[in-house]
Amino acid sequence: MNRSADALLAPLTAAMAGAAALLLAGMLGFLLAESWPALAHGGWLRFVGLAWYPLEGHFGLAAMCIATLAVAALAILLAAPLGLACALFARFQAPPALAAGFRGLLALMAGVPSVVYGFWGLTVLVPLVARWQPPGASLFTAGLVLALMILPTVALLAHAALAAVPRSLLDGAAALGLTQRATLLKVAVPAARRGIAGGVLLGLARALGETMAVLMVAGNVVQLPASVFDPVRVLTANIALEMAYATGTHRAGLFVSGLLLALLVLGLAWFAARLEPRHA
Amino acid sequence: MKHTLTFLATLLAVLAFLPAAHAAEDKLVLTGSSTVAPLALEIGKRFEAANPGVRVDVQTGGSSRGVADAMNGLADIGLVSRSLKPVEAKTLVAHTIALDGVALIVHAGNPVRQLDDAQIKAIYTGRIRDWRGAGGPDRPITVVSKAEGRSTLELFLHYTGLKNSQVRAQAVIGDNQQGIKTVAGNPGAIGYVSIGAAEYAVEHGIPIRLLPMAGVAATTDAVQRGRFPLTRPLNLVTHGAPSPLAARFIAFAQSPAVRDLIEAQYFVPPPR
Amino acid sequence: MHSVPGDRLFGLALWGAALSVAAVFAWLFVDLARLGLGALSWDFITTAPENAGRDGGIASILVSTLLILGVAVGVAAPVGLGAAVWLNTYTRAGGGTGRRIRLALDGLAGMPSIVFGLFGNAFFSVYLGLGFSILSGGLTLAAMILPVFIRTVEAGLGAVDDGWRRGAAALGLTQSAALAHVILPAAAPAIGAGLMLGIGRAAAETAALIFTSGYVDRMPESLSDSGRALAVHIYDLSMNVAGGDTHAAASALVLVALVACANLLAVALSRRLLTRRLAL
Repeated sequence: MNRSADALLAPLTAAMAGAAALLLAGMLGFLLAESWPALAHGGWLRFVGLAWYPLEGHFGLAAMCIATLAVAALAILLAAPLGLACALFARFQAPPALAAGFRGLLALMAGVPSVVYGFWGLTVLVPLVARWQPPGASLFTAGLVLALMILPTVALLAHAALAAVPRSLLDGAAALGLTQRATLLKVAVPAARRGIAGGVLLGLARALGETMAVLMVAGNVVQLPASVFDPVRVLTANIALEMAYATGTHRAGLFVSGLLLALLVLGLAWFAARLEPRHA
Repeated sequence: MKHTLTFLATLLAVLAFLPAAHAAEDKLVLTGSSTVAPLALEIGKRFEAANPGVRVDVQTGGSSRGVADAMNGLADIGLVSRSLKPVEAKTLVAHTIALDGVALIVHAGNPVRQLDDAQIKAIYTGRIRDWRGAGGPDRPITVVSKAEGRSTLELFLHYTGLKNSQVRAQAVIGDNQQGIKTVAGNPGAIGYVSIGAAEYAVEHGIPIRLLPMAGVAATTDAVQRGRFPLTRPLNLVTHGAPSPLAARFIAFAQSPAVRDLIEAQYFVPPPR
Repeated sequence: MHSVPGDRLFGLALWGAALSVAAVFAWLFVDLARLGLGALSWDFITTAPENAGRDGGIASILVSTLLILGVAVGVAAPVGLGAAVWLNTYTRAGGGTGRRIRLALDGLAGMPSIVFGLFGNAFFSVYLGLGFSILSGGLTLAAMILPVFIRTVEAGLGAVDDGWRRGAAALGLTQSAALAHVILPAAAPAIGAGLMLGIGRAAAETAALIFTSGYVDRMPESLSDSGRALAVHIYDLSMNVAGGDTHAAASALVLVALVACANLLAVALSRRLLTRRLAL
């Protein structure tokens, strides 16, 4: 390595970052082009309604949009505190050998295919919930399965962030006579705040974007849920359920579902990015 | 960084050369219906064994994809799990390789043995919401239906004369096995799935029961005899006349040589 | 640290969270093992699938999966590392370009995998002419895991103590030398975590691969052959093939083991490669 490597470093890495960002533009362009037939001929308004019967000319996405947000919110409300607790446990509470084992378990869980979570949810969780609150496949069950699925992501990233907190900071807190709880919650967690928030955001994004697991346990009925035990359909499931058999405007309508989801996630990311500097 | 650079360079070189090693002469590409794909895959393997040097690549993705890919030439043969619509039949030719019936299933613990067409309609439109209304126990009905565009849904709607917007479902599903698992896990559920798959499930102790339709017991036998009211063809479709190799494949897929494969996928060989 | 009743309770809560997460995973894993362990044998791993996967093994599918994973990680890791370095070194947290790229990446991270699949099909398979191939599938997955990897590594780089950088500068190291010998090694845990998440997500992916690497279950002869991935196989067996559940569960066990091995390898590799340089 010499000085000439330095001259290369900036343009080379910039090109890589640019390529990654260009991907998004490419994907958005692709989505837009594919949904154009539906957008051009019916206008935006037809997608605002609640009823989705594309073969009969109803393209309402509002109910699915709300269901998507509700399921993801439930999942992250469960997974974020539990995931942070798991990370704190593995970093500070568990004996070293157990901590390594537990981290391994989390990594293993992160690698379980969503199909398997869905399969297990469909054959074990749904019948269990059905006995208590029929029909079983519901917003609640979907949130539960998604929470399980994203928990390892949230926990692993929180753990990586906590591991990067300088030891000296924690020792200082201890020297000041802080209790362990205060050291962790008032010093370690705030210091790792950005990484933890990043993990939660990624978890949320994954919950919004998950397809197969939700499709198997959410019930997929297009409606505004009156309770958490009502079946709902999320935007991703809408695409996966119908894309295989859709043609023409129906197909374009499904791409509008995808476009809407992408905008939803981008909006969330933008919102999170806006929040960050104010807390920093 | 040096490692990264060498790696990237190697990778680009590999990327540049790979596509060249493509395209065997005797290659058939089949795409379409997920229902037909496993069967087509097995027929393809047997065809490859009988014709050395030939390759049959099967891709799944749905009937509409089978139609689209056959239409624009991306696939030599499209897989379609329904009859062609009149518009499609103008340019495409369908070659039926097997039949499949669609039957209503309920949980095995449900004492209801049969439903007449009016009751089926009442249940699927939400006018009967409890099994008491259909001669059963006091238990809410969970109506399981299929997603819009699926050929089994179209078949069911056509039979009952309903529109999909009239159906009041508590669960909407995609593939057959999801329907079977959903009904097996819920004592109050009713759904409709492929007969072959349901027969297999019953034989293997999964707690579901098939209901007769219009008085005809739901069996693969009844489908083969043409007596069962809800039957659909599984088709290979080609754009106009097939190429010589595709024609050979289609003839092979319609011959008795693959009968056992059709039955092994729980479908019904078409009557000769 | 003092030990006070509040600490005891807090510690118990952490233990409780970790144990309950471990218990749920054990439940899932036991269910999976009960269904699939009987079918698992050396023959299962070394023979080709027969009768739509109900009989035979998964040899060809395992090979395809490894190739797809190799392409995905091989492309995403260097590009991701470069992009993360650029974001960390050349942009400020509040700056314009960096912020827009970060936003784009967060949006990309939440894109549903089925949309990646349709995009990959249109771009890699059709536009670039790669067809249904392991290469198309691997590149699609690379695009899919890239944003998460970049954001994780970037967070790790951001957490590196500024003292290290100043120290490296004081020693007269060039920017690229400091990066290779000091900063990347210090961020090794985050790089490992990013790789783990990427591998886990790539190995678990179904929807994106159905449209890119495809459904063919023959043994692949080159990267331009179509090859069925394990997750696709599991989905097909459990949702589409009557009597496929046993082999679906057995395949899922193999996949989980595979991910575990890949994770260990990734962590060991990132640690070995990077810490060796720290000693220089």
